[in-house]
Amino acid sequence: MAEIVLNKLVKNYGRTRAVHGIDLSIAHQEFVVLVGPSGCGKSTTLRMIAGLEEISDGTVSIGGAVVNELPPRKRNISMVFQNYALYPHMNVRENLGFGLKIAGQPAADIAQRVDEAAEILGLTELLERTPAELSGGQRQRVAMGRAIVRKPAAFLFDEPLSNLDAKLRGQMRAEIKKLHQSVRTTVVYVTHDQIEAMTLADRIVVMRAGRIEQVGTPMEVYNHPTSAFVATFIGSPPMNMLPGTISGGAVRLADGSALPVPERAADNAREGQEVLLGIRPDDISPVGHGLSQDGPGAELTLTVAIAEPLGMESLIFTRIAGQEVQAKLYGPRMVLPGEELVFRLALDRAHLFDAASGASLEAR
Amino acid sequence: MDPKLRRQLGRIVSWVLTFLLMMIICVPGLWVVLTAFRPNAEVLAKPAVWVPQVLSLNNFAKIFGFAQEVAIPVPAYFANSMIIALTSTAIALLIGMSGGYAFARYRFRFKDGLFLGLMLSRTVPGIALSLPLFMIWSRLGLIDTKPGLIIVYVAMNVPFTIWLIDGFFRQIPIELSEAAMVDGCTRWQAFWRIEFPLARSGIASAGIFAFLTSWNEYALASQLTRSTYSKTLPVGLMDFTSQFTIDWAGMSAMAVIIIIPALALTFIVQKHLIAGLTFGGVKG
Repeated sequence: MAEIVLNKLVKNYGRTRAVHGIDLSIAHQEFVVLVGPSGCGKSTTLRMIAGLEEISDGTVSIGGAVVNELPPRKRNISMVFQNYALYPHMNVRENLGFGLKIAGQPAADIAQRVDEAAEILGLTELLERTPAELSGGQRQRVAMGRAIVRKPAAFLFDEPLSNLDAKLRGQMRAEIKKLHQSVRTTVVYVTHDQIEAMTLADRIVVMRAGRIEQVGTPMEVYNHPTSAFVATFIGSPPMNMLPGTISGGAVRLADGSALPVPERAADNAREGQEVLLGIRPDDISPVGHGLSQDGPGAELTLTVAIAEPLGMESLIFTRIAGQEVQAKLYGPRMVLPGEELVFRLALDRAHLFDAASGASLEAR
Repeated sequence: MDPKLRRQLGRIVSWVLTFLLMMIICVPGLWVVLTAFRPNAEVLAKPAVWVPQVLSLNNFAKIFGFAQEVAIPVPAYFANSMIIALTSTAIALLIGMSGGYAFARYRFRFKDGLFLGLMLSRTVPGIALSLPLFMIWSRLGLIDTKPGLIIVYVAMNVPFTIWLIDGFFRQIPIELSEAAMVDGCTRWQAFWRIEFPLARSGIASAGIFAFLTSWNEYALASQLTRSTYSKTLPVGLMDFTSQFTIDWAGMSAMAVIIIIPALALTFIVQKHLIAGLTFGGVKG
């Protein structure tokens, strides 16, 4: 069993506090992704779990035991670094077997386990090469192989894909997912890429400025963001935010027009409250070209500023009450700038946030 | 002019220039080596004998005491030089590695000031320190001792070795040792198995430099040594000068003896210098 528990974990750098008392339980075999913008403390948190960063306060437990004082090698974890960190003076075989060799395993065992790992990751042909002779994707695979060969209690990934090009990143993402499904080990994965978070995670931990903003399954985080920050961070293109004021049971926008308060926030919206009305681009679509056509909605006639055709769908930039918003048109239809279309806003899927705190007004 | 001809001419000119330049660089050395194998009579002949007529090992035999003339204790000087240069190099490398590693990897108080101080200490010409050094050393009883000279050479070399090795450790991404520690290494193992091999070329360069500095140093050694107990080869060269004569041939023979180990060492270590590590373990 290798559950990882963070208890009021704090990291100070001199007088600056990078991580503000994080509480998080990661279940055995769970794939948890820490996601957030750069500088949010996600890597620092991971490095504290790994033992590469001293813990200022609070505790980290792995498999039930507090590991604060243990050096990395005694934590039974392995880690994949952003820049791969392969040993340049060793070939792939030596890189993969290094940990086992240090642990004093017999050579025959090492060879067998290295061959196994190489087989899983398709590295068999490359075993005699040095890291310098490998492509980015291959290096990444060697780094992963080095992690799995030791059969640790948990894998830690620190932005493992951010040095790869987009296509390779997609491939490696799938491989990591596959790998987790086959080896079933606890994974803590750090990324700034919300797509990686959504696609890989059993649970997503959204971090911001050293604090946890929200923890939940990808769908929970996507469908029920607890704050405007999470709402705009998760999902691509990001959720549109229309500033307004609650007035007479409606959200009155900057130009005086009004949209009904989304039902899920109706109980919490106070008269006169400054709010942000959040609607994802997928929920603003020209009539007849959207996802859901029933349920409460509002129809607005808007002028297309820019259209980006993507094939089966087009991304449309337009304005609502002076605020630039992105909308989506589903179907292979050409849209031209300047075109006037009737858009339907699926308000049953809209969110409402307090403008000052950013907190969601959704009733829970 | 025909472009082909012009290119040919250009090549000839560049060869001639290269030849002249190499002449200027090599002739003195060549002359020393030639002189080492010629009798003094021929060396001092007037008009000068440019092309050697007689080549012999007599000068070397004389140095090592195989001839009738009074020998200079070259074997003792050689041993002194070796012991002093090797010991001071080893110590300077050890300190250079620890210091260079610390400067490259750790943050500590007064780090920049300390580093600058080390570098500034190199700006003081060694000879300017010879008098105070002589006085202190004589109080401490270190005059004419090998440890006395070793300490001086370590002090001379340490700033440079730290600076050079620091630069090499800086080039090694810190993630490599972190990965090694996650892989099961102690801090110490991570250093010896990962960082040390990768910084090897830098350490080798620092080693050559430190060795040659100690091996060739004359000014301070001539002040701080007296006898066969601690005299080094460069100081021993002066034994060939007496009140009225200078034994140029013998001196040259000894110079050759001084050059050979330095040359040999450089050739041995050179492999590590140009091996140049092919980094590729991390994305650059």
